Amino acid sequence: MTLAADQRSFMPALRRFRRSHEFWLLVVVIVFCLGLGLATDSFLTLQNLFDLLTSNAFVGILAAGLLVVLVAGGIDISFTATASVAQYVALSLALSYGLGWFAIFAIAGAVGVVCGLINAIFITKLRISSIIVSIATLNIFYGLLIFFSGGKYITSLPKYFRDGVWWFEYDDAAGVPYALNLQILVLAIVFLCTWLLLNRTNVGRQIYAMGGNKDAAQRLGFQVFRLNCLVYGYLGLIAGVASLVQAQLAQSVTPTVLVGKELDVLAAVVLGGASLAGGVGTVLGTILGVALLAILQNGLVLVGVSSYWSQLFVGLIILVAVSITAWSERRRRQSKAIN
Amino acid sequence: MANFLDLHAISKRFGGVHALRDVDMSLEAGEVHCLVGENGSGKSTLIKIIAGVQRPEPGGRIVIEGREYAHLDPVQSTARGIQVIYQDLSLFPNLTVAENIAVGRHLGGLHLVKWDAIHETAQAAMARIDVSLDPHAKVEDLSIASRQLVAICRAMAADARLVIMDEPTASLTRHEVDALLRLVADLKKKGICTLFVSHRLDEVLEVAERVTVLRDGAKVGDYSAREMDDKKLAMLMTGKAFAYETGDKDFSRGETILSVKNLTRPGHYADVSLDIHAGEIVGLTGLLGSGRTEFALSLFGMNPPVSGEIRLDGKRLALRTNRQAIDEGIAYVPEDRLTLGLVLEQPISANILITILDKLADGLGLISEATRRSVAQRGVDDLAIKAPNPDNPVKTLSGGNQQRVVLAKWMATKPRLLILDSPTVGVDIAAKDGIYEIVKNLAANGVAVLLISDEIPEVFYHADRVLIMRQGRLSGECRPHASSEAELRDAVNA
Repeated sequence: MTLAADQRSFMPALRRFRRSHEFWLLVVVIVFCLGLGLATDSFLTLQNLFDLLTSNAFVGILAAGLLVVLVAGGIDISFTATASVAQYVALSLALSYGLGWFAIFAIAGAVGVVCGLINAIFITKLRISSIIVSIATLNIFYGLLIFFSGGKYITSLPKYFRDGVWWFEYDDAAGVPYALNLQILVLAIVFLCTWLLLNRTNVGRQIYAMGGNKDAAQRLGFQVFRLNCLVYGYLGLIAGVASLVQAQLAQSVTPTVLVGKELDVLAAVVLGGASLAGGVGTVLGTILGVALLAILQNGLVLVGVSSYWSQLFVGLIILVAVSITAWSERRRRQSKAIN
Repeated sequence: MANFLDLHAISKRFGGVHALRDVDMSLEAGEVHCLVGENGSGKSTLIKIIAGVQRPEPGGRIVIEGREYAHLDPVQSTARGIQVIYQDLSLFPNLTVAENIAVGRHLGGLHLVKWDAIHETAQAAMARIDVSLDPHAKVEDLSIASRQLVAICRAMAADARLVIMDEPTASLTRHEVDALLRLVADLKKKGICTLFVSHRLDEVLEVAERVTVLRDGAKVGDYSAREMDDKKLAMLMTGKAFAYETGDKDFSRGETILSVKNLTRPGHYADVSLDIHAGEIVGLTGLLGSGRTEFALSLFGMNPPVSGEIRLDGKRLALRTNRQAIDEGIAYVPEDRLTLGLVLEQPISANILITILDKLADGLGLISEATRRSVAQRGVDDLAIKAPNPDNPVKTLSGGNQQRVVLAKWMATKPRLLILDSPTVGVDIAAKDGIYEIVKNLAANGVAVLLISDEIPEVFYHADRVLIMRQGRLSGECRPHASSEAELRDAVNA
């Protein structure tokens, strides 16, 4: 009895998944992995996968935050500036006052939330389009940072911070150590939190609803301003947290290094199936979008393609993936229109 | 019977304009009531006041089941069981049926989603009105009719006592409208009041018990639906009488403009043959899925036939694109094009000229100001578009005049054949009348017209001949002057 009932709800879900963007993305990622595994000795090694995860954690974490904004029907490209500011403020204060882990994360997160709320206020209260607001705030946040920091690096970070997190160490046969580091830990937590927020909370479903039809949301009495504060504040918080993850990996704070990466993050999220029109996008898709871009860039290097080409390939992959989705969507609609 | 809702002396001003003046209306519990009026008569404003979206001027009173309010807000209105189903349905296309139905019941902050409760709410709402839809399906994958059911279920889930439906039938086919009307009868049995807001008078009269007519913001009166017919209603709404007579001219000996022989596209339509002569208006009607639109799209080059031939002025056409069709002298106005086909921010003149820019251009590809003005002005004059200046944006025009701009745009291409697909959907009587007049004038100038419509009276009174399509084939022909509306209706529904 129970088995039959389970199958009834499971099979349609599986069918739906097979038609989804995520399914095709998963297939492509697996094909890429297998291909690179066969073409090179170094791709499918623990060492390489561990490095891949660690070095792409920053983009992945930001992608999770940006996904929430896109689902809500907005866009924000100021988060790299937010991250730069959060990083600089938190670690400067840590050096001056000898602050610990909890304090620096709290400060970076708070700076991020404030920056996000500034976006939310302009976007909701003055009804300015979110892309315009975030272009402006990107420049304002970054401009202020460069002015006050003079563009100077911070290299002498606190010892505990430089050491980072190194849990559950494991040495392979050759004696190379692996462990759960700060990057992977935060990446996992952020994806989990984002998934919970979007799929398991009422407010998450309201974010999807608002992204799907903003007028209807207003008519039904959704608190649009509060939702926007949550959404842009969440991305700000994530940007603050991500900034520390990046600084720990780089072992330094460089005010100028993050700004410019926002389009990479946006590309990964859109590749993952999120729509710029809002209401569409999943955490699984975003993970796969980030993974695909990371694997592609890594794979090109391993196969020996000059790194000058890598941007071209990244661009092509995005274009092809997005075209396929648009095309299959169009065919689906056409066949429906005729039936 | 006790009244569910009483409105007393409701007025509303926007700036200096009186949208509503001292309107009284009452709805009995469990009543099916209709609110009719032309565009701009104040119907939407009245609904918004009942829904609490707008406040009436001080002095008016709203009484819901004995409790009096000077004005409502949306939360109060919903709490008292008032649910509005707007014309756009206000659904979330990216969410599932269940989520859409239950959305109002499960708002709230960072609580975990109770999926079981959502599905229970949705199932219960669907069961109440005997509807079964897949609760997991996404709303964007549903037909318009099913989406409407979702919107009605959402009202049920919110414990509606009064359901207000704004133009619910505008985008439905006859069959779907019947299903909706049966549903409304069911709601009545459950003691739920329905307030219909509609232009389509024949439907209104089938289901309503009472009708309230508004004109220019003031109430004309309340009438029992039984003593009304659509002519009387039209008269009350507009203050004018509209009487149409069937055409009795015979065009068969005139010049043949369009000649279609054995046109077939498997799965869409088969073996369709017809002629349309100069000056003739041929009606094409049939149920949804009968292949009318697919056939019309083939004539316009957008759905190429597999076999058979199309001749225009004796010349055989092999149309692969709509651009070719336009160049050959075929114009096609789909129903949504009447509103969607315009660039609302742009001037009337630019909208009229948009299809013929390359014909107006001189050797250098430039268009002289004088040509532009004179051609645009001719379009405005020919179609009697009421606009002080052809360079005003289209959005400054009324709905009826916007439709004339669309027709002017197509007429500028000097078509030989004009295909109109459901040209008066969502249009009020006076504007409809304007469109019929334009179409008749065009035909009188020698254009062949194919008028496709769901509405039997539309083809009966405005076409010279009516062809009936069924399951992709022409199943009959009716000459209105030698037949009756009922006969045609039976032939279509048989």
